[in-house]
Amino acid sequence: MIAYYMCFGLFFVGLYGVITRRNLVKIAISLSIMEISTFLFFALIGYIDNGVAPIVNPADPDKIYVDPLPQTLVLTAIVIGLATTALLMAVIIRLYRKYKTFDIREINELRG
Amino acid sequence: MKGMTIIVKKTAQLIAGMIFMYGIYVIVHGHLTPGGGFAGGVIMAGSLILVILSHGTDFFSLVKEEMGTTIVESAATICVILIATAGFLFGTKVFFNNFLPKGNVGDLVSAGVLPLYNIFVGIEVAASVFIIFLSLIIFKEESPK
Amino acid sequence: MEVAISIITGLMILGALFAIHAKDLLSAVIACGIVGYGLVICFLLLKAPDLAIVQIVVDTITLIMMVAVVLDSSREESFSRLDTFGKIAAATGLIIIVVLFYFFIIASSNLDVLGKSSLRMANAYIHGAAQKTGSANLVTGVVFDFRGYDTMGEAVVLVTAVLGVLTILRLKGKK
Repeated sequence: MIAYYMCFGLFFVGLYGVITRRNLVKIAISLSIMEISTFLFFALIGYIDNGVAPIVNPADPDKIYVDPLPQTLVLTAIVIGLATTALLMAVIIRLYRKYKTFDIREINELRG
Repeated sequence: MKGMTIIVKKTAQLIAGMIFMYGIYVIVHGHLTPGGGFAGGVIMAGSLILVILSHGTDFFSLVKEEMGTTIVESAATICVILIATAGFLFGTKVFFNNFLPKGNVGDLVSAGVLPLYNIFVGIEVAASVFIIFLSLIIFKEESPK
Repeated sequence: MEVAISIITGLMILGALFAIHAKDLLSAVIACGIVGYGLVICFLLLKAPDLAIVQIVVDTITLIMMVAVVLDSSREESFSRLDTFGKIAAATGLIIIVVLFYFFIIASSNLDVLGKSSLRMANAYIHGAAQKTGSANLVTGVVFDFRGYDTMGEAVVLVTAVLGVLTILRLKGKK
């Protein structure tokens, strides 16, 4: 059970970063940390003791396989995570070129 | 964008082709070994990024490359949807129907349409990641410091 | 197995804390890499080689993009004391964390112990999926056959994200 709690702790670290930091790059890093904790949780709930990776050997079919369904869900989520991080980075670099700062408080004050 | 030193350039020339071939291998064997369209596509994009980072290019060839890559990406996405729609024509009339013969489990040519999906999704993912990288580089070249 | 996973997750938490508190943005970005590469080792221990291959390349490319953004800037983060709005935000965040932790405690009584997954859903996928789809790799079989809609949605989301990036980063219009 302790692995689940550690995984949840990683999620909390990301949430803490999103709430308390004022730097846009730090916020992007915290978001990706939260994403990674979710991937780890999905991989954890599919694991089986003494199981093998879900690749069937036709000569020896009676093995215990790890659950393939959570792995499938994570596989698509990882690539989407890359795309959303890229979108976030594009917004951040555009904001930096306009306001010359990463600080969201100063960007709020320099509005217009 | 400037390139790096000659040592980095020669190493990149030696390695990039092999990385690209490994990406193709991962895609084609996606239904037999770990890997598949997503993994192989990202590996192929990584080899292209390695070449651009080490050698450096000028602005106009970057723009030309970006236009070509955009077309490749859209075409691959359309191909995925077309293969999915082709399931309506054969056998059970459902979307994403596996209409080709299955073959033996473990052969290279088996599993019906799954290798085709793997190939087109791999091309799409590679093109997408490469476009994102190219547009970042073009933006940094284009904008005044 | 559980001990190994917990130790690696603890190291990932340390890396995440350093990434959030680092003074230099470049070291923060590189410390974020600790979390990603730790996840690769976790995937290998949890018998998920597909995910490990994808994650190790995706993490490298994410690192390249973040470094490309950070290297232009002054790279300094200015720490200052929290103002009133910041205090309110921190208090709200604390309340959210406590509520989430309460729900997690309730939900974790219904989770299977690690390593004893009951495979409620996946039995149909594991037994006979290789014959139904003809694919030896069960993950590929599930991605493109049983859950094809999911994959098509992913492809469309990827195209949309690329269009968004191209729209945001375009300075001059095309002729």
